[in-house]
Amino acid sequence: MELVVINIIDGLVTGLLLFMLSSGLTLIFSMMGVLNFAHASFYMLGAYFAYQISSITGFWMGLLIAPVIVGVGGALVERYGLRRVHQFGHVPELIFTFGLALLIEELVQFFWGKNQMAYESPETLQFAAFAIGGNSVPAYKVFMIFISVGIFLGLLYVLTRTRVGMVIQAALSYPRTVEALGHNVPLVFMGVFGVGTALAGVAGVIAGPVLGTFPGMAVVLGSIVFVTIVIGGLGSLWGALVASLLIGWLTTFAASYNVEFETILKFFGMEKPEIMSESALRDIWTLTLPQIGPILPYILMILILVFRPNGLFGKRDA
Amino acid sequence: MNSSNSEKASLPQRNEFWKLVFPWVLTALFLLFLPVIFASNSALTIMNQMAITIIFALAYNMLLGQGGMLSFGHAVYMGVGGFMCVHVMNYVEINSAPLSLPFLPIFGGLFGLGLATLVGTFSTRSAGTVFAMISLGVGELIAACSLIIVAFFGGEEGVSADRTYMRPFFEIEFFTQIEVYYLTSVWLLISALLMYLFSRTPIGRMANAVRDNPERAEFLGYSARWVRYYSFCASGFFCGIAGALFAINFEILTEENLNLATSGSILLVTFLGGVGVFFGPIIGAVLFTLLQTVLGLYTELWQLYLGALFLATVMFFPQGFAGVLVSHAPAARNGRLGSLFIPYVKMAAPSAVCLWSVAGLAELLFHARHAALGEEEMVYFGINMLSTSVIPWTVFGGLAVISFGICRTVAPSVLEAWDKAITPKGMAQ
Amino acid sequence: MQRFTKIVAAGIVTTSMSVMAGFADTVRIAFVDPLSGPFATTGTNGLAEYEFAAEELVNKKGGVLGGKQFEIVAFDNKMSGKESLIQVQVAIDQGIKFIAQGNSSGIAHAITDAVNKHNRRNPDNRVLFLNYSAVDPALTNEKCNFWHFRFDANADIKMDALTDVMAQNSDLKKVYLIGQDYSFGKAVADAAVRDLTAKRPDVEIVGNELHPIGKVKDFTPYARKIIASGADAMITGNWGADMVGLGKAVIEAGFTGPIYTYYAASNGITRTFGEAGKGSIYLVAEGLQNPPVSERMSTYVDAFNAKYPDHDISQARITNVVEMLAKAIDEAGSDTDVVAIANALEGMTHDSIWGGKVFMRPQDHQAIQNVHVGVHTDEDMRHPLDNSTFGILGTNTVEMAGAESETTCKMDRP
Repeated sequence: MELVVINIIDGLVTGLLLFMLSSGLTLIFSMMGVLNFAHASFYMLGAYFAYQISSITGFWMGLLIAPVIVGVGGALVERYGLRRVHQFGHVPELIFTFGLALLIEELVQFFWGKNQMAYESPETLQFAAFAIGGNSVPAYKVFMIFISVGIFLGLLYVLTRTRVGMVIQAALSYPRTVEALGHNVPLVFMGVFGVGTALAGVAGVIAGPVLGTFPGMAVVLGSIVFVTIVIGGLGSLWGALVASLLIGWLTTFAASYNVEFETILKFFGMEKPEIMSESALRDIWTLTLPQIGPILPYILMILILVFRPNGLFGKRDA
Repeated sequence: MNSSNSEKASLPQRNEFWKLVFPWVLTALFLLFLPVIFASNSALTIMNQMAITIIFALAYNMLLGQGGMLSFGHAVYMGVGGFMCVHVMNYVEINSAPLSLPFLPIFGGLFGLGLATLVGTFSTRSAGTVFAMISLGVGELIAACSLIIVAFFGGEEGVSADRTYMRPFFEIEFFTQIEVYYLTSVWLLISALLMYLFSRTPIGRMANAVRDNPERAEFLGYSARWVRYYSFCASGFFCGIAGALFAINFEILTEENLNLATSGSILLVTFLGGVGVFFGPIIGAVLFTLLQTVLGLYTELWQLYLGALFLATVMFFPQGFAGVLVSHAPAARNGRLGSLFIPYVKMAAPSAVCLWSVAGLAELLFHARHAALGEEEMVYFGINMLSTSVIPWTVFGGLAVISFGICRTVAPSVLEAWDKAITPKGMAQ
Repeated sequence: MQRFTKIVAAGIVTTSMSVMAGFADTVRIAFVDPLSGPFATTGTNGLAEYEFAAEELVNKKGGVLGGKQFEIVAFDNKMSGKESLIQVQVAIDQGIKFIAQGNSSGIAHAITDAVNKHNRRNPDNRVLFLNYSAVDPALTNEKCNFWHFRFDANADIKMDALTDVMAQNSDLKKVYLIGQDYSFGKAVADAAVRDLTAKRPDVEIVGNELHPIGKVKDFTPYARKIIASGADAMITGNWGADMVGLGKAVIEAGFTGPIYTYYAASNGITRTFGEAGKGSIYLVAEGLQNPPVSERMSTYVDAFNAKYPDHDISQARITNVVEMLAKAIDEAGSDTDVVAIANALEGMTHDSIWGGKVFMRPQDHQAIQNVHVGVHTDEDMRHPLDNSTFGILGTNTVEMAGAESETTCKMDRP
């Protein structure tokens, strides 16, 4: 029972972190129709910039400044890169972001080398907030929960209560109409891309100390973010939230419980082979849930795409 | 009367026929005599690698270029075909079954086809993002399985076999690299030809139509889904052949043959070469393999350059290298290709200097940051320099700025020459 | 500068090779390991160690065969099996007789297989494979061959030493095993179960699991499980980002017991663990630097760190590879007759710079040497790692570990 509670908390942290990435990505997708493959790379840039800044001025300045730099960088990429490629169609656009992801990874290695960076959480938060059954929850994780919830509420407010938000929302469903109404859609695009990448930057800043700041951090998270927004439904903010939390809990619980496939196979009435090393299915028999935990989201995504191509909450066709 | 008429009609037809056959004969001769120039084993290995990448890229382009389907997990069809072939080789070795090596790619192709027919049933229902994401999911799934299902995929170290234990083929046992080269080349020719012919069949033509406008194709009575499905299966078949050739060349397959990095790089290869033209992926594959193997020997920054090259291609030449070549066809028809030569040289010289000096700056910076302490000397294109001294920095920086400036001033005149060259003779501007 | 050797190498690839094959009068060793991409840190580190060892231990002492110098030629295998095989082919074409590789047992399997096939198909142009780091026991057991020599203690031997040390800890009640889901991770887990049940039947193994390699974003759920299991020690063979992630998550979740590891030092790992890992991370390895065994060793390490401040001597056995190869070449009286050199290496006993002796066991070509267990700390640190104040301090030593270990190797000798 204690383990369940602690897993719920951990899954929440993972899920909210994922949401910070997927919310930006889904906004960008629904506005511009482009799946931004470099999104996780902006997350990585956030962590590296924050590491660099925090080594001079401390963690908090990094939290403030790094996302802004990432956001401005994202906006510039949109203005001078994506917009140019946009005229060639969607596939080149997608491939552009794909190449950008490669380039950013190389640039990060160029400047910071290939080692893991010693990027630490602030000392004021380096204590255990509370413990459940010997398992302590660091204060920093509580802080992560608060900051992600804060960002979600802020995003919700901007999108539903402000004029800019209304334009964006309208553009989510009817991009052509919004343009016809005379709004400066390119500017909105640039803004959304900037804000989306800045959100990814924030996620990088706060996740860097926990998940590690290393050149592979974007790849590890990259495709899972896509999976999240596809499951949630492209363009749906609520869908992104639900899918993020779902995946957060799914991977956390899958890693926590050593359900053996032997029990499942026996449940279906299969006989365990006597000589294991001879059986072609020996690897299936010895499989446990944590081994396949990280691929569960992909299985979920394939199932969803086959049976419900719009995702959980998506209105627009993927 | 009748007979003379038909003869007259067949003359241009025969001409047309030769126009089709000639490039293939030329390619065959080229492949036949290539080992005369590049005779060493490692050169042969690299050429084999190139041939495999070419088949893979052409097969990939059956989807991307001809069918408009973007796959992020295409390595699995090549990989699974290759894995099956390794198992076939081992089976032949143990049971001394009557099969010799040159026929192995047929098996690889069939296994690739088998997997594609399975996955295609649900992945080709729609194109666009759904197809792309399903391909990503399936790719990730099979790549992950390769580490879990050790009995088949061999885990991290993969599975290996020995090609020389197959039945000898006319007394050839494929001990040497040159024998393998000719085997690979023959299969390269066969598969490229088949893929070319496929693109000219009604299905291949319909794939283009479905890519451009699926609704219209449906109204013409073609099921867009089935057209996609057939292209997908055909692509899987040729990927499997590429996998089999990989198994023959390297005698080992690992998780690397299935993972997303391999799937991603084939996308780069194909796009770099140009998706719109049949021979585009060939250029891409040759270029990419050379960059990867040779540039990798020169500099640790090869991936950085590759990434930059790729991004520049997408931004400025979205049609790829082949597209750039093909875009010269109107100029050639007008007989004005020659008029472009001088402007191109004028443009190319400063651009080359610019690239050279920018790369020099990158190398300097990298050296200054990451080299061993006290090791100040570095070599760039045979020139010795000190990364700590100001001179190379100023020289490279100055050259970069100046050559970039020249590029910008020359550019308008090049564009003008281009416009002139593609305008048919006798037409006013 | 290695870049220059690379330019030479590239020239050879692009143009015809046979012309240039025999030009060198140096003994060249092909270093085939990742020099670009995510695993490049260990590769570049190893290259620096090789170049330094060749320079200091061979070339400055007059080389081999009365004056021939050692030259390390770097080949980037990009941590890919396919690229490794291509690079090995390029190296062989250049007339290089010695292939050194270490990172990833998977690639070592590919290379040992390829070298074996090559030597069988080209008896007049054979090469040797000097495996300095890949520790999958299979390489010197069922997959062994005459051309492969392993200079590191294999995973079984290391586990044997580790469990010897653990067995002395009477407080130990419950142990948790966790590792990456591939051949090496499994080998570690199997050896741990086997050795622990033999040496300490009273110790309970409360968890034994594998996680996907390089795919886990957040190790917190695993850490929760480990703590919930009540384990008071854990063993892991994780390396790279998986090691850092697991270690940090476990310590953060409140785990206080010892964490026994294989690869929890250098390449940024020591610096990242820093204060948090002090006294709780243990590491099994050969060639420990603290406390120093001799003045010679300390001078060597200091000179290395002075030349390569961003690198550490993280793979100490590289000095043994270089010195033993030099000795074997002198003994064989030839730098091309690899059969004679291999015969000289077989059964060789060598005084290691890191103290103790190294014995190359003839049955399976597995080096037998002292294996140490050390702890991550900043106390008594003569040679810290990662430009930090932390390093590994030796706590126990097993003399000539695994000398009696069995092998299933049946070698075909030429």
